[in-house]
Amino acid sequence: MRDRLAKLNWIDLFLWVARAAIVLVILVGTVKTLINNPYTLRNWEDFIIFGIAQGSMYALIAIGYTLVYGVLQMINFAHGEFFMSGIFASTAAVAIPLSRAGYLESHPVPSLLLIALSSIVVSVLISLLTERIAYRPLRHAPRLMPLITAIGASFFWQYYFRGLFGAQAIPFPTIPQLAGSVPFLHTQVLKPHILVIFVTFVVLVALNFFISSTRPGKAIRAVAENKDVAALMGIDVDRTISLTFATGAAMAGVAGMLYALVFQQVHFFMGFIPGIKAFTAAVLGGIGSIPGAAVGGLFLGLFESLGPSLFLQSLGIPAFNQLKDVIAFTMLVLVLIFRPQGIVGERLKEKKA
Amino acid sequence: MSLVTNLDLRKTAMKWLIASLITLSVSAIGMVELFGERFVITGLFTMAQVMFLGPTAVFAYRAVQETPQAQKWLGLLKALLIGLGVGLVMMALVWLSQNIDIRSVFINISPKLINILTFNGSGSLTLLLAMVGAGLAGGVLALVPTKLRTALLVGGGTTILTGLLSEILAERLRSLFGAQVSNAIFASKALQLVPAIVLFVLITAFVYFRSTGHIKPANIRLPAGRERLVLTALISGFLLVLPMLLGSYLTEVTNNIGLFFLMGLGLNIVVGLAGLLDLGYVAFFAIGAYTMAALTSTGPLGLADMSFWVALPICVAVAAVAGFILGMPVLRMRGDYLAIVTLGFGEIIRILALSDLMKPYIGGAQGILNIPKPMVGELSLIRPEQMYYVILIGVAVAMFMSVRVRESQIGRRWMAMREDEDVAEAMGINLVSTKLLAFTIGAGFSGLAGAIFASKLGSIFPHSFNLLISINVLSLIIVGGLGSIPGTLVGAIILVGLPELLREFAEFRWLAYGVLLVTMMLSRPEGFIPSETIRRELHSGDEAEQAG
Repeated sequence: MRDRLAKLNWIDLFLWVARAAIVLVILVGTVKTLINNPYTLRNWEDFIIFGIAQGSMYALIAIGYTLVYGVLQMINFAHGEFFMSGIFASTAAVAIPLSRAGYLESHPVPSLLLIALSSIVVSVLISLLTERIAYRPLRHAPRLMPLITAIGASFFWQYYFRGLFGAQAIPFPTIPQLAGSVPFLHTQVLKPHILVIFVTFVVLVALNFFISSTRPGKAIRAVAENKDVAALMGIDVDRTISLTFATGAAMAGVAGMLYALVFQQVHFFMGFIPGIKAFTAAVLGGIGSIPGAAVGGLFLGLFESLGPSLFLQSLGIPAFNQLKDVIAFTMLVLVLIFRPQGIVGERLKEKKA
Repeated sequence: MSLVTNLDLRKTAMKWLIASLITLSVSAIGMVELFGERFVITGLFTMAQVMFLGPTAVFAYRAVQETPQAQKWLGLLKALLIGLGVGLVMMALVWLSQNIDIRSVFINISPKLINILTFNGSGSLTLLLAMVGAGLAGGVLALVPTKLRTALLVGGGTTILTGLLSEILAERLRSLFGAQVSNAIFASKALQLVPAIVLFVLITAFVYFRSTGHIKPANIRLPAGRERLVLTALISGFLLVLPMLLGSYLTEVTNNIGLFFLMGLGLNIVVGLAGLLDLGYVAFFAIGAYTMAALTSTGPLGLADMSFWVALPICVAVAAVAGFILGMPVLRMRGDYLAIVTLGFGEIIRILALSDLMKPYIGGAQGILNIPKPMVGELSLIRPEQMYYVILIGVAVAMFMSVRVRESQIGRRWMAMREDEDVAEAMGINLVSTKLLAFTIGAGFSGLAGAIFASKLGSIFPHSFNLLISINVLSLIIVGGLGSIPGTLVGAIILVGLPELLREFAEFRWLAYGVLLVTMMLSRPEGFIPSETIRRELHSGDEAEQAG
């Protein structure tokens, strides 16, 4: 017993105290809320549906982080910008002109497909350029260096697109067919939310097929497993890495369109916060694992949507909804500190992950 | 057939494509238009022209340089082709903008931009000719002997820089030597033609003859054994009278440079020496500033009504403790996770500072007002020239500490840890205390800068403490050279001073920082003024490759 106490150093002690304090805050808040129960069943269903929709977008963005991490073991800090660039350009150059011409209202389906396509194309192009210029030359450099170029690339793209399309938020045109809501259980679900959940599901199924059953998908998995052996097997590693970036960016492009449909506006800085949150989701699910990213995204979306009402309000925190982002960031910090291998994901083989 | 193979069409086409993309980009994002009024030489050419002709010249230059020695004339043909190609692309842009409404999408492709591109509306043919000229000029430059080329580039660069800074230089000349001297050299906002030519020729000639050995550096003899002392005395004397030479505005700029230099010194310990990439560094700056505000403010949120000098050490201590506490949980984290977690910390603190939760204590979005200036006796240090000395003392202390710490055993422990944590641990280095020390000292420096910042501004708002500050500090130490103290100073002067002196540049500073971070990592990862260890380390691979 004494030996064990002696081994327990004060850093561990500090971490345990921090952990206990946070769990306590969440528990006390939750219990208090559940006893008082200021919300109706309908409110809770609203929170949950919004959480799932929000989480779907995180999941789609998180896939980009997880794919690149799986292949290169690097955090692609600029991924949030891939997400932003696609929809920002597509809104300014496709959606707005279509809406002005009245085509968006009269033919919503082909218009939405066109917007999604252009968003994907721009995201993919930006990701390929970034990979080629900022990451590929540094593939064997110390870890810090690609991370710094990633930060540089991120800022470059933000302000580049700000220069192209302006610093103002651009309102995404409303589509009459997507306005309104549909009754579900005790509540009404907004139509864009249904679309988000449906599209995410379809895209994730398609991605799963692509990664597990097609040749390029197998190449990505092989390169993630071992680059040298993959090269010996006749796989073009550079091209496969580009393909990985492109796949992740395509997901981000889709997520961008869904984001615009839900939040109705786009701006040059919109990639930053969703980017970090999606990264949190990727880590939550165990970075490197694709199903993990999806689960992590949903979990984060739900937690963030339920959290403020579930345990912040009853603690007497004023304007508790302002702290929504704090929940996500705290989650990020906690997961990275306490369970960097993720909550649901497989353990990383590398030590000290 | 042989001409086609000799022209290396693939490579040339690639250069044309990149040059076109860059030229289109600087035009479409509004840089060209923004610099359209900024004459380098009055009435002759503007910075905008340098910007949209520059890329073509650079890529034409590289095309010629890559051509084998025997075929240099063929190289010039490539340069011509690149110029022609970029010119055609830009002509297409001009044509498009005149016939289709592209401005509704790309907001910066304005009639004004088109006017600049076509040289005040003298037609797109002029644009084409100018591009061809730029391509040829770049190509010819590649054929000039190396020494002369360097001299020409240095001369041209200095002239352009002088032209850009005309407004400030003219104002200084006016107050130091009178309006006549100033007006002889500078027009309202740019160089006069004749002084520009004189300056260009003088500098080019000087650099050229210096490199050929015709001019030798003057051999000043310092008293033996006392060089350092004399040098230190000279530099200190210069720094003491600097505000009198600079005037109020430039001193204010210098003060900002000083504050960022102070933060840079702190981050240099964390990132440069200990190798821990901290993206939430602004948090400690904010903590220092808020502590100063809470302790000294005479407004309703002030707690103690302390004087600046009493509060200052407390601020540093509070920031250092915060660094210690935030450092603890992240100790076992690897480089890239550490960056994200510290970023998360920084954001949490910013959101908390903005929230209603903390509003009763730190004022929410309205911030804390009525922070008094430092007092010396009865004198309140209101003017920037007076504040300068406070910052100078802070910087001097921080520099002294940085140097001492770096040369000490702690510094060597940090560097060992930066190289390889496992090996360092095996050598008996206690990673926990070593990392915590780096965080604590770095945070202390940042807190010091924050405290002075709060007092200098007189009021603080959460918006002043965003991620961009962290990125700014990170950029300046990377540009200057990780781990290098003079490098940090140079970085601060370039990255903080330049945007303040050139208002147009300030608009695009973050874009430029992004480009700088990427290009520095690709071409000069050790920075402009590298620290000796980092340089050796980054290039040890090259030698090994050559040897093996």
